[in-house]
Amino acid sequence: MSKEYIITICDGTGCIQKSNAAIRKALEQQLKDHNLTNDVRVNLSGCLGMCDKGPIVVINPGYTIYGNVTTNDIPEIVEEHIVKGKPLARLAIQEDHLYNRFFRIFGDAKFFGKQMRIALRNCGIIDPENIDDYLSLRGYEALAKVLTDMTPKQVIEEVKLSGLRGRGGAGFPTGVKWQVTARAGSPNSPRSTSDEKYVICNADEGDPGAFMDRSAIEGDPHTVLEGMIIGGYAIGAKQGIVYIRAEYPLAVRRLEKAISDAREHGLLGKNILGSDFSFDIDIRLGAGAFVCGEETALIRSIEGGRGMPRPRPPYPSVEGLFGKPTLINNVETWANIPVIILDSGKWFSTIGTERSKGTKVFALAGKVVNTGLIEVPMGTTLREIIYDIGGGIPDNKEFKAVQTGGPSGGCLPAKYLDTPVDYESLAKAGSIMGSGGMIVIDQDSCMVDIARYFLEFTQNESCGKCTPCREGTKRMLDILIKIAEGKGEMYDIENLERLGNMIKKASLCGLGQSAPNPVLSTILNFREEYEEHVKDKKCRAGVCKKLLTYEITDKCVGCDACKKACPVVAITGTTKAKHVIDQNKCIKCGACFSKCKFNAIIKK
Amino acid sequence: MEVVEKDKKQIRQAHCEQELKEFIDSVKDMEHGDSYLIAVLHKAQGLYGYLSREVMDTIAQQMQIPTAHIWGVATFYHYFNLTPPGKYVVSVCLGTACYVKGAPQILDAVRNELKIDLGGVTEDRLFSLQLARCLGACGIAPVVMIGDKIHGEMTPQKVVDVINQYRKADSAHSTGLASSPRATKK
Ligand SMILES: Cc1cc2nc3c(=O)[nH]c(=O)nc-3n(C[C@H](O)[C@H](O)[C@H](O)COP(=O)(O)O)c2cc1C
Ligand code: SF4
Ligand code: SF4
Ligand code: SF4
Ligand code: FES
Ligand code: FES
Repeated sequence: MSKEYIITICDGTGCIQKSNAAIRKALEQQLKDHNLTNDVRVNLSGCLGMCDKGPIVVINPGYTIYGNVTTNDIPEIVEEHIVKGKPLARLAIQEDHLYNRFFRIFGDAKFFGKQMRIALRNCGIIDPENIDDYLSLRGYEALAKVLTDMTPKQVIEEVKLSGLRGRGGAGFPTGVKWQVTARAGSPNSPRSTSDEKYVICNADEGDPGAFMDRSAIEGDPHTVLEGMIIGGYAIGAKQGIVYIRAEYPLAVRRLEKAISDAREHGLLGKNILGSDFSFDIDIRLGAGAFVCGEETALIRSIEGGRGMPRPRPPYPSVEGLFGKPTLINNVETWANIPVIILDSGKWFSTIGTERSKGTKVFALAGKVVNTGLIEVPMGTTLREIIYDIGGGIPDNKEFKAVQTGGPSGGCLPAKYLDTPVDYESLAKAGSIMGSGGMIVIDQDSCMVDIARYFLEFTQNESCGKCTPCREGTKRMLDILIKIAEGKGEMYDIENLERLGNMIKKASLCGLGQSAPNPVLSTILNFREEYEEHVKDKKCRAGVCKKLLTYEITDKCVGCDACKKACPVVAITGTTKAKHVIDQNKCIKCGACFSKCKFNAIIKK
Repeated sequence: MEVVEKDKKQIRQAHCEQELKEFIDSVKDMEHGDSYLIAVLHKAQGLYGYLSREVMDTIAQQMQIPTAHIWGVATFYHYFNLTPPGKYVVSVCLGTACYVKGAPQILDAVRNELKIDLGGVTEDRLFSLQLARCLGACGIAPVVMIGDKIHGEMTPQKVVDVINQYRKADSAHSTGLASSPRATKK
C-alpha cells in the first residue's frame, strides 16, 4: 500500500456525543497495528450537517462518507478501505449523484446535491482548530487582498454590489449598513463624536430550535474572524467583539483558539500583515436572555448592564457600543464576506433571486428524515429542502407544516411548499426568513399547541419594558391555554387576532413586534384546528391533554397494571376481567396508557 | 477526618477567592472596566457554582459597583444561579426540534423520577433540573444534557436509565471506586 489517505472524523456537537472519541482511538490503534500511521492522516472537522447519521467518518481521496460508524467497524474499514483500497459498501452513504455539485468533496450523498456552500464552505472539511487548514483553503487571502489592493470605500462598494443582506433575521442590506457606519463619526456627519468605532459579531443565536451560528463557529471560526477584520478595515474600527452564548462552550473554546492563533500569525493585533491597520477581537459571553439578540439590548449587555432594548434611532451605526458608531452583523453575514472579496460581489450576486442574493443556512430539524445543517441558494423551494435534501417525513406520516423564523416567524401549510425561500416570498406567505431555524411538523403536532409553545417562550423572554409586550403576550397566552383546555369560545379566536395586531404595532422592539406571529400565522393557516378545539372540544393530534379521553378496549386482559398506576383511582375492574376508566375521575395524566403492555388503552 | 474535610473546604474557598480577585484585578482597570461585570459573574459562577449574596458583595466592593446593580444584572439573565445547583445539573432541551419530538414527555419523566420541578434540587443535592433551549443537537432530538454531557434520542424510559447511571456512578465514586461522569469531560 503506497497510497496516502486522509480520514476525517466529524467532531461536531451531534457526533461528539455519539462517542467519536472512542472511534478516533480505535482508528489510531488500528493504523498503528497496520503500521500505517505515516501514510494516513487523521483529521477532525466540524459538523457536516448529517448529525442524525453520526458518527460520520470521511475518507479521501475517493470521497467516501461512512455513517453510523461504531468502534467495531473500524478494523473492517481499515482492512478493506485503507489496506485493500476497496471502500466498504456496507457503511458508505451512497445515493445518486445527479446534480451533485459537491461530488468532489462529499461523494454522491444526495443530501448535498441541492446544496451550495458559501458560508459553510469549510465546515466539515477543515480542522477548525488548525489555522493551517484554513490558510490552505485560501484563508485570510481576502484580508491580504483588502489590505494591499483595496481602499475601505472599495471594500464597501464590493459588499454593496454583492447584494448581501443581513442573515440575523431582518435582512437589512449589509453594504448600506457598512457605508452608514463608515460615514458616522466623520467630520461631515451630524453626530461627529470621535473616530473610535466598533465591530460586533452577533452570535447570540436566540431561536430555540436552531444551531446555524453555533455550527458555523464550531466548524470554521476563522472565516468569521476574517470577515470581521475586513469589516473593521472598511469602517475604520480598531476593536471587534464577538458576543456569543455562554451555552456554547465548544464554540467559545474554538473561537478563543482561533483568535490566539490569528494573533500569533500577525493576522490580528498591531499592523496586520505589515500594514498600518491594527485590529483586535475580544469575546464577550451572553447569559441566556433571548432579547439580547436584539442589537441595542446586546450592546447594553456588552456594556455590563441589563439587556433591555432602547428605541431606535439612533441606530447602532451612529450611536452604538459606549456611544460610538458600531457595525453589528450576524455570524453568517460575516462568514460570507471573505468569499465576496475573493470571488467578487458580482459573482455573489448571480446566486439567488432578484432581491435575495447568495445562499442561506438552515438548521433543518423536527419530523424530517435527514436533520442537520444545510445551505441552499436563495430561491430554493421549501419542497426541495424538505423532500430532496431532507428526505421527506419519516414513518409515512403526513406533512402538516413547516415553521421558519422561530418565535418571530410562522407556520406554513402544504399549499406553500412551492414557495421559494427568499426574504420577500416567505414574508408574503405569512412567515419570515428569520435566522435559519426550519422545523418540519407532521400530523402528530397540534397547531394550537405549537402557537402556545412559541408564545410561552417569548412571553417568558419579554424584558418587561413596554406594556403591550409584557401584558399583551400574557393575555394571549391565557387565551391559548383556555382554548387548549377546551374552555375556549369563538370570540377568543378573534380576540387573539385583535390583541396580536395591537402588540405588533405598539411594541418597542422586534421581540414584541414579532411575538404574535406564530399565533397569527397558525390562525390564518390552520383556523379549522382552532375551531375544533373551541366547538368540538377536540384536538386532532391528540396533544392537548385536557381534550383527550382514555378508554380501555376489549384487548384488556385484566392485569391490573393500569389500576396501580392511576394516581386518582379512576380505574376499576377485578383481576383478569376487563377494566374501565371512570371519565369523571380521570385527570388525563396518561400514566395508564404508558403502563399497559397489551395496547388495550386508547387515546381519543 | 472531619477536621481534614473542613480544612480542605477552607483551602478551596481561599483558592476561589484568590482566583476571583485576580480576575477582577485583571479587568477592572481596563478601558470600560465596568463592562466586564457579566464576565466577572461568569467567572464567579464557574468557581462557586452559583452567585451567593456574599460573592456579589465581594464583587461590588472590588469593582466599586453598587450591590443593587449587580443584583439587577444577575437576576436579569437566566444563566446565573442564585441558589446552589445540584451536583449534576439536568437540562432538558425544550427547543422546537426537541419539543415536536416529544420533549414534554421527557420532562415529565424526569420530574417524576427526581420528584422536583424546574429550578428544584433533589434532597440529596445530587441533581437539579432546568430547561435548555436548543443544545445544537437537534439531529438527535429529544436531547437531555447532564453536567456537560449530551444524551440524545431520549425516551421517557431511557432518560430514567441515564439518571440511574449517574446515581450509580456517584455512589461508586463516593466509595472511591470510579470517577464521576463529570470527570469524563470532553
Ligand atoms: C428579539 C430579537 C432577537 C434577535 N436575535 C438575533 C440573533 O440571535 N442573532 C442575530 O444575528 N440577530 C438577532 N436579531 C437581529 C439583530 O437585532 C440584528 O438585526 C442583527 O444582528 C444584525 O445583523 P445582520 O444585519 O447581519 O442580520 C434579533 C432581533 C430581535 C428583535
Ligand atoms: S417589545 Fe418586549 S422585549 Fe422589546 S422592549 Fe418591549 S417589553 Fe422588552
Ligand atoms: S394494563 Fe392494560 S391489560 Fe392490564 S388491566 Fe389495564 S388496560 Fe387491561
Ligand atoms: S389517564 Fe391517568 S387519571 Fe386517567 S385513568 Fe389513566 S392513569 Fe388514571
Ligand atoms: S455533528 Fe457530525 S454531522 Fe453534525
Ligand atoms: S431543539 Fe433540542 S437540541 Fe435543538
